[in-house]
Amino acid sequence: MGMPANERSEQAPGALARASTSDPAVLEFLSADKVFANGKRGLAPIDLAINSGEFVSLIGASGCGKSTLLKLAANLMESDAGRILWWRGPFAYVGQEGRRLSFVFQEPTLMPWARAVANVALPLVAAGVPKSDARARALTLLRQVGLESYASYFPRQLSGGMKMQVSIARALVTEPQLLLMDEPFGALDELTRNRLDSDLAALTKVRRCTTLFVTHSIQEAVFLSSRVVVMAAKPGRIFAQLSVGEPTDREEAFRDSDHFTICCRKLSALLREASLVDGGLER
Amino acid sequence: MPYRWVRELGAPLLVGVLFVGIWQAICRSADIPPYVFPAPSDVGASLIAGAPSLLAAWRNTLWVTTEAFCAAVLVGAVCGFVFVQSRTLERSFFPYIVLLQVTPVVAVAPLLIILFQNTNVALVLCATLVAVFPIVSNTTLGLRSVDPGLLDYFRMNKIGRWQTLVRLRVPSALPFFLAGLRISAGLSLIGAVVAEFVAGTGGQGAGLAYEILQAGYQLDLPRMFAALLLITVSGLGLFILMVLLERLLLGGWHEMNSRPER
Repeated sequence: MGMPANERSEQAPGALARASTSDPAVLEFLSADKVFANGKRGLAPIDLAINSGEFVSLIGASGCGKSTLLKLAANLMESDAGRILWWRGPFAYVGQEGRRLSFVFQEPTLMPWARAVANVALPLVAAGVPKSDARARALTLLRQVGLESYASYFPRQLSGGMKMQVSIARALVTEPQLLLMDEPFGALDELTRNRLDSDLAALTKVRRCTTLFVTHSIQEAVFLSSRVVVMAAKPGRIFAQLSVGEPTDREEAFRDSDHFTICCRKLSALLREASLVDGGLER
Repeated sequence: MPYRWVRELGAPLLVGVLFVGIWQAICRSADIPPYVFPAPSDVGASLIAGAPSLLAAWRNTLWVTTEAFCAAVLVGAVCGFVFVQSRTLERSFFPYIVLLQVTPVVAVAPLLIILFQNTNVALVLCATLVAVFPIVSNTTLGLRSVDPGLLDYFRMNKIGRWQTLVRLRVPSALPFFLAGLRISAGLSLIGAVVAEFVAGTGGQGAGLAYEILQAGYQLDLPRMFAALLLITVSGLGLFILMVLLERLLLGGWHEMNSRPER
């Protein structure tokens, strides 16, 4: 990509930037690509590194391979060429101490027969943590997402936003170092989404949890991210990257800042450009 | 809420009482003799008079039904689990289970009764053949109908095959399995009674079907009705038992007969 590569130290508002290379990479795509079974190319070879502590959003039109990229990162799908490294190692080492990964799907994917607290405790119980211990940790997480009083509710008794919060609590209960999220708030109304975005920013900041986040929303991407990756379609590829700044102090006030507005405007322009080159390269 | 109870139990009870009352009134006012059509009071009298043999027959029928039901649950669940392990196994064996299902039990029963010296074994086998199909198909369907998102979640967390079975597949299959149980419980009773009809055996192991046959030969209509009443009560009892089991196991999370919204 022929993007101007500013160093992060400059921190001009909304500067196009490549992340500093001094941070240890948590997740690396090395020319990883994906060809679907029908022969269609889903992803052009992708080079992307997510560094420790970053909050990176993937944004782009439908069909630009955002979800595919995330599925590759979660090893739910394998790349056809190139490599993907987790903490500079293969997926087999993921799950060890200091290399834990969690995934939040578009849907809450909760077990309908289990109460909220049991749903949150699932990854711990399945990993052999004693039940009372797992339950206590699950309750702590539920308190942190503000659902303490709903611990004994069944999923069908919760609203869409609450179910998503339970799903996030379940992802965070293992104290992951890498969090992958696939449009978790896509189905929610804007007010709820803004509230959950603020909560998520606080939760990941406290944990210093590296996050890769797929979204359709410009505002959401700018509000949450330190870096936004703009993708173009046919085949799915990285079109541009936008640095937003350190993911600290992402509180409601940030939404009203000039920096936020400028970044949104730049991102919007980049997305428009990305949509113009659609289909230009292949098919 | 007492009002709800009145509506749920009171209304059908009222219909029943009215029906029986009108039946009694017509029989008595038109002076219909019991051998043409018995009044409810005749049936009641016959039930009390014939109690020793009717109750023995009832016990026998219930026993065959229970044995067949248990056998069907066991065999059906095992088949379901095996089928889920491999599509090839399912494809190879499922047609034969369908074959068993589509062959009328009345047609198979004489053969089984000749093949097995022990009538009781033959009866249980007949009833099991009828009852096993819903359990096999529902267990298989249930174990397969796991939310693919949850399956992905389990896979990503490197949760093993056994844990996935216990924590995900079995609970997902439970509503389907219980629906199978409900159908199968009724079928066990039907199978047992049909097999008894075909066997036509009296003596120690005589069931309610034999009572009905005997009453038919003797034109003892009140006794026929009494035996019929006991069969109906058994079927109803089994159904209620299964519904209670379903409530007990699914109560909190699963709205009756509807998938939980996500």
